[in-house]
Amino acid sequence: MANYALETKSVLKAYETDFGTIKAVDDVSIAVEAGEFVALVGPSGSGKTTMLSILAALLQPTAGQILLDGKDLAGIDDKARVQLRREKIGFTFQANNLVPYLTALENVELMLRLNNKLDKTGRLRARELLSRLGLGERLNNLPGQMSGGQQQRVAIARALIHNPSLVLADEPTASLDTERAYQVVETFAGLIHEQGRAGIMVTHDLRLVEYVDRVLMMRDGKLVEVYQTREEIMGLATGNRH
Amino acid sequence: MGNAFSLASYLALKEIWRNRGRFLLVSLVIALITLLVLFIAALGEGLGNGNREYLSKLDADVLVYQAKSERLIAASRLSRDRLAAVRRVEGVADAGMLGTASATLILPQGEETLKVALLGVESGRVGEPKVIEGRQLSTDLAQEVIIDESTAIRSNLQVGDSLTLRVTQGTRDEFFTLAIVGKSDSQQYSLQPSLFVPFFTWDRIRPKSEAEISSANPVANVILVSLEDPEQIDEVRARLVNQVDNVETANKSEAIAALPGYTAQQSTLNTQGGFTLFIGILVIGGFFQIQILQKVSQIGVLKAIGTANPVVALSSVIQIVMITVIGVTIGALLTFAFSLFFPPTVPIVFNGTTSAIAIVALLLIGPLGGLVSIRYATKIEPLKALGLSN
Repeated sequence: MANYALETKSVLKAYETDFGTIKAVDDVSIAVEAGEFVALVGPSGSGKTTMLSILAALLQPTAGQILLDGKDLAGIDDKARVQLRREKIGFTFQANNLVPYLTALENVELMLRLNNKLDKTGRLRARELLSRLGLGERLNNLPGQMSGGQQQRVAIARALIHNPSLVLADEPTASLDTERAYQVVETFAGLIHEQGRAGIMVTHDLRLVEYVDRVLMMRDGKLVEVYQTREEIMGLATGNRH
Repeated sequence: MGNAFSLASYLALKEIWRNRGRFLLVSLVIALITLLVLFIAALGEGLGNGNREYLSKLDADVLVYQAKSERLIAASRLSRDRLAAVRRVEGVADAGMLGTASATLILPQGEETLKVALLGVESGRVGEPKVIEGRQLSTDLAQEVIIDESTAIRSNLQVGDSLTLRVTQGTRDEFFTLAIVGKSDSQQYSLQPSLFVPFFTWDRIRPKSEAEISSANPVANVILVSLEDPEQIDEVRARLVNQVDNVETANKSEAIAALPGYTAQQSTLNTQGGFTLFIGILVIGGFFQIQILQKVSQIGVLKAIGTANPVVALSSVIQIVMITVIGVTIGALLTFAFSLFFPPTVPIVFNGTTSAIAIVALLLIGPLGGLVSIRYATKIEPLKALGLSN
């Protein structure tokens, strides 16, 4: 039996509306190994963002199991969810990722502060990580003094600095031009592989999937297709390249 | 908890420092509110003090009025035979007559005048203030006067000088000259600086109607009574009413509250102070609420990456307290600086207790005003804040 960093079993998220029950996520089972970078793709309304929110412990599923490092997230209380997000999960979002009154370095160090692990080694690692991401000259810049791509790279550093088991990225390139989008995703993928994290990226931009190990396609809340060979993935990516 | 506090402080201080212009602006608004509240409090204290200062410093425990005078000193009339009756009541240690009137002091500098309270007291009895310079009054007929400090400041008169009073008796203006033998601390009465003259001298020189000029019986307004045992005040007051004809009594605080306009004036100023504090709560509450609304997504990010709600709330509390403390400190210093330039005629008195109460109230308005925004911050859902919710 494979030892997955993340595993979901028959996850369901349903909403009751005036028009009946809507299943935003319907019977989705996925498994991601440590060091594996997975893209969650699909058209608007396919349920990929809802799925990401469930994986991020920001939303409770209606049914199903989510196992992170073998521990079931279902049924844990709010306090434990906050602790889980702090310790086990790294995030990057579409925009407004960073705390605007903290510098690039302080934003990254914030994750260590939150986990009460900010020591000399941690500070050094934060500097190194930012330098590797090409931000060695921008350590003391506030987010408002950096470009969108630089901000995303800071967010990537923040998502990885505390050695989380799972790294989640919600449309991390939405606000970037094509060239910068490729750079950011390539860097992200490289670090996830290198550090052995399980990474999941939600994107609507299929051109970016060439950097991932597997592509999960969702439609109407269901997992409809999985692309896992290099040929399949590159076919999906190049087929959408203009 | 230790980490939560240090994390909250870190976030709060970083945000204040990196947005210091904006936060300083709010602090200045709080400083102006502080200035206003402290001045209203000082004005209330000054006006109240100007009205009650003599009574509140009085060495008497009970004031005896003519019955049905409704504790209005000016409306009460008591003859000397009542004084003897009062002194015979068990538990009374001493009693002295007090006559009140107004007069015009001719200032030595020229044609300027000063309205003063002309108070007739018995030499060596209750009601005669202790001098801080010079000597006490010698006899009840002496042509001498003790001036209080506020008279000295406003008139430039000193012990050893003589002063001239103008009073109207009947239809004529009369001038009386008295020797200044002593100076007491400030003893304002009815918002006027005070002159203390021997009781019979007072009766001779006070403003009178035509009918009073020919009267030989001096009449006081009230009798001031000190007790052998102030703990027995209720019993002695009951005895006074029973054993002395046609009188009513009051303790000092009742006498002060009955001063004409005193209660209305104080409640007006207290209401103004209260409203200013209320406006302060709204201003601070409004600022922090707007600020929280502007940083919903930022708080959403903080919560999404694992910042606990208590840290978010504590961070807001620290900011509010800091901004309020800075604002109140600036306001208090400004108030102190301004107060140095006020002339003594402006009735502003910075009383330690009143100022301390005002400052504590001002320090509380920040957290009170910020309560809504703190609650709002804790209710922010990271999913909604980050636009992940459908």
